[in-house]
Amino acid sequence: MARIVVVTSGKGGAGKTTTSAAIATGLAMRGHKTVVIDFDVGLRNLDLVMGCERRVVYDFVNVINGEATLRQALIQDKRIKTLAILPASQTRDKEALTPEGVGKIIEELRKDFDYVVCDSPAGIEHGAMMAMYHADDAIVVTNPEVSSVRDSDRMLGLLSSKSRRAEQDELPVSCHLLLSRYDALRVQRGEMLSLQDVQDILAIPLLGVIPESPAVLHASNSGTPVIYDEKSEAGLAYGDAVARFLGEERPHRFLEPRRQGFFAWLFRKMR
Amino acid sequence: MRFFDYYRSKKVTSAKSAKERLQIIIAHERIQNSGHDYLPILQKELLDVIRKYIPVDEEAVKIDLDREGVCEILEINVTLPQNEESAKAKTRSVRLFGRKGPAPFEV
Repeated sequence: MARIVVVTSGKGGAGKTTTSAAIATGLAMRGHKTVVIDFDVGLRNLDLVMGCERRVVYDFVNVINGEATLRQALIQDKRIKTLAILPASQTRDKEALTPEGVGKIIEELRKDFDYVVCDSPAGIEHGAMMAMYHADDAIVVTNPEVSSVRDSDRMLGLLSSKSRRAEQDELPVSCHLLLSRYDALRVQRGEMLSLQDVQDILAIPLLGVIPESPAVLHASNSGTPVIYDEKSEAGLAYGDAVARFLGEERPHRFLEPRRQGFFAWLFRKMR
Repeated sequence: MRFFDYYRSKKVTSAKSAKERLQIIIAHERIQNSGHDYLPILQKELLDVIRKYIPVDEEAVKIDLDREGVCEILEINVTLPQNEESAKAKTRSVRLFGRKGPAPFEV
C-alpha cells in the first residue's frame, strides 16, 4: 500500500516544487516505485524542474475527465526506471480538480506505487486542499522568515482539521518540517530565524535543513533535480532528508557557517 | 572576550523580534483557525461563570492553543485579583487538555 506524501507550505516560493522533485527522485533512487503529481493547475512547473516538459502529452485533468488513461498521462522518468511524473494541466482552471476525480486517481496510483508525492500549489485554496486531502505524510517546506513560518502554521492547522485522515477520524497526518533556504551565517549574526526558533514555534519533527545554495538554481536551469548534485550542500541535505524520511538516523549538517579564511572575512568587512 | 559578550547581549537582533512577533500572532491565529468554533464562546462563557463569583475584568481569561507533536494543548489562564486593596494580580495557569491523535491526554 502506497504512502501519499504531500509537499506543502502555504507560502509561494518556499521551495515546494524543488523539494517534490528532489524527494521523489531520492525515493526512486533507493528503489521505491514513486510517482510525483503536480497539483498546480494552470501554473505547472514540476515538468520543467524534472526536465520532462517536452514529453507532456496528457495531463492530470485529462485523466480526471476521462480524455486519457492514467497510463497515457504518466511520464516515465528518463534517468530512473522507478520514477513517474503526472503533470498538471496548463490550460484549465483549478476547479477542474474534482474531489472524486482526484480520489479515484490517488486510489489507482496507490495500487501501483510505493510513494505518491503530491506537489501542492501555493495558498490554501482548492488546489492546495486537493493536494493535501489524501496525505498520509506532509512535508512542510518552510523558510526561516516570518511570513513563511506563519503560513506553515496555518497549513499545519488545516492538515489536522481538513485532511481525509482528520475527517475520517484516523491517525493524524504525520507532518515533517523541512527548513529550506537556511543561511547559517545570517542566523549566527541574528539576522535570520534559527532552526531552534522555527522548531519552537511549529513544534513538528524535523526532516531536514536545506542550506541556501546556488546549486538549486543550477538544477532547475538544467531540469535535473538538485538531489543529483552530490557536490552541493543542498543536494546532500536532500539526500539526508530522504534517508530520514525512510527511517534512517542521520546527523543534521550545514547548521553552522562554514569557517571563513581571514581574507574572506576582511573582504566582507570592507564591502 | 567578556567585553564582547556584554556588547553583543545588548543588541536586540531582528531574528529575536521576528520570533517574538510570530509567537504572539500564531498563538492568536491558532485559536481563530483551530476549527474549534466554540473557543471564543468558551472564553466568553468561562468569563461569565468566573464573574459570577469573582469580580474580574474582560482580560482576565486568556485561552491559548498550543501544539506539541500530535497533541493540541488548550491552555486557559485566569488572572485573579488577590484582594481589593492590592493591585497585584495573581496568575493561575491551568493546563486543561490535549487532544488530536493517539497520545494520552494531559490533564
